[in-house]
Amino acid sequence: MEHVSLPALSRVAICGGTHGNELSGVWIVREMQKQQVEKVGSISITTVMSNPRAVEACKRYMETDLNRCFTDAILSAPVTDVTPYEVRRAHELNAQLGPKGSQEAMDLVCDLHNTTANMGLCVIFTTFNWISLHIYKYLKSVCVVPEFVSELFLLFSTAFEVGPQPNGVVRADIYNLMKEALDHLVDWVQEFNSGITFEGGEVEAYVFEKSIDYPRDPDTNELTAIIHPQLQDKDFILLKPGDPIFLSFSGETVKYEGKELYPFFVNECAYYEKHIAFHLAQKTILTIPSVSVEND
Amino acid sequence: MCTLLSRVAVCGGTHGNELSGVYLVRELQKTEKPLEEEDELVSVLVVLSNPRAVQQCRRYTETDLNRCFTHATLNGPESDKTPYEITRSRELNSLLGPKGSPEAVDLICDLHNTTANMGLCLIAYSDHDWICLHIFRYLQRQMPDIPVRYIHFDFPPKEAYSLESVGKHGFAIEIGPQPHGVVRSNIYTTMKAGVQHVMDWVRFFNSGTIFEGGSVEVYTMVKNIDYPRDSETHSITAAIHPQLQDQDFCLLHPNDPLFQTFSGETLRYKGKEPLYPFFINECAYYEKGIALSLARRKFTNGECRAHSPWFHNSKVIQ
Repeated sequence: MEHVSLPALSRVAICGGTHGNELSGVWIVREMQKQQVEKVGSISITTVMSNPRAVEACKRYMETDLNRCFTDAILSAPVTDVTPYEVRRAHELNAQLGPKGSQEAMDLVCDLHNTTANMGLCVIFTTFNWISLHIYKYLKSVCVVPEFVSELFLLFSTAFEVGPQPNGVVRADIYNLMKEALDHLVDWVQEFNSGITFEGGEVEAYVFEKSIDYPRDPDTNELTAIIHPQLQDKDFILLKPGDPIFLSFSGETVKYEGKELYPFFVNECAYYEKHIAFHLAQKTILTIPSVSVEND
Repeated sequence: MCTLLSRVAVCGGTHGNELSGVYLVRELQKTEKPLEEEDELVSVLVVLSNPRAVQQCRRYTETDLNRCFTHATLNGPESDKTPYEITRSRELNSLLGPKGSPEAVDLICDLHNTTANMGLCLIAYSDHDWICLHIFRYLQRQMPDIPVRYIHFDFPPKEAYSLESVGKHGFAIEIGPQPHGVVRSNIYTTMKAGVQHVMDWVRFFNSGTIFEGGSVEVYTMVKNIDYPRDSETHSITAAIHPQLQDQDFCLLHPNDPLFQTFSGETLRYKGKEPLYPFFINECAYYEKGIALSLARRKFTNGECRAHSPWFHNSKVIQ
């Protein structure tokens, strides 16, 4: 594959508290703001508390999920008196860090999340771009093994998702892991900006395919079964047809039907209301080119 | 010697986001006489304590229901401004109490979850209530694969603030770790089995089985430790240290690491006495100023044989 030259990444944003009860990111951003981290070498760093009201209330969101408000449709619609808080906030963040898709947008935005699922450190991207993929490749070589996931509906270019951690709780081990990953990300960007060539190669990625909901009572919509003990905590372990996926409250096992796929976000607290028991992904190998910073 | 336990209450959803109890109570309410058998000596009430909080999947809507059962709160004035949970605590007191009166139910079993790594704990206000202690010992023996412990909060009845203090006897069953708002099947299964064993014990007791006395291990709560906080904003400045995280009931010695500040510094336990930590990093306790609780461990010396002095049918117990 041919070598690729890309512009320097001189403006990086670190966002926490996009969900107000995912506390690692909240505390990392607070600590960075306390230490007044604004510049690291060639990089100017902007730290952002994405959803301050939800952080204050220690809730995922106040009116609507901020992390679903960054579609072009929502960002281009006018703001009125009845616009929900989070939609207003999305417009503000888009102005501060974007506008999305324009020349003025930040070079790299890293959004920090936690999950109750046993996903370790995950790097989540919306689109395949060489910077994101190289960052992931680098992290894999220096951190506790992260996974790389591509989802369809994310807001920012890069998210770190670390779990398991209950909402509203900050665990020091998870905080340390996220901080370490962030430090490595900043190191990589500095090295990139300084002219180092990063070799290409192959990276393993999980591409979102579909979601599975809990079995529910057709009248009340309440759950009638929960994640089976043999699936609980088994994120990124291949799920085969016939494997148990749910255990009903009355003790019956529900088995998986479908093609072999990789489950993730297994038993994520915030997804009960979104009707997602777990996501399923295909594993794929991506080839990436060597990259280096463009010379002006 | 104690009288027959003829009325038992199983309560879930006292905190609306502690889901094992919510789902167990819902499941039990699907059958007409849950947990009861033919010719029963015991009638079982199954109660969803805080329906509004359950509906919203929150711990509480205005104030923590499980702090509303002191004598003072139960007997205070009622007005338009009375918080929902206080009104509810008074309703529950009418249904299951009144607290301190002969009409109160014989036993309350209140179901809870915690984000702390506590296994199964029976939490009670007494360390010499023979019913509670015998049930605890029975649970330990019937559930050898999970850690089962007894935690004693030393409060006199009038000041006892939680739901189980309404019954003549009562305890909370607390199982963790489970994130709030999540239901894990292993935790649910454990709670279901625990409740079943409690009911089995009650039946054995009522039918005249003699339970030999002996000694059981009890953890008595001594004090709480708060997070270090910023003096102006009151925000926490540290998290539970990685070496303490998940180490509930592992003895904490003076100078052991307690907290790790967000800037990476270790803060150590300054107490003089080694104590047993529990409720380490319980989500709901951040706002209550509790990072962990500390207990002394002791063995009760009770030689009380528990049995009911009168029984209608002498059933043969296998």
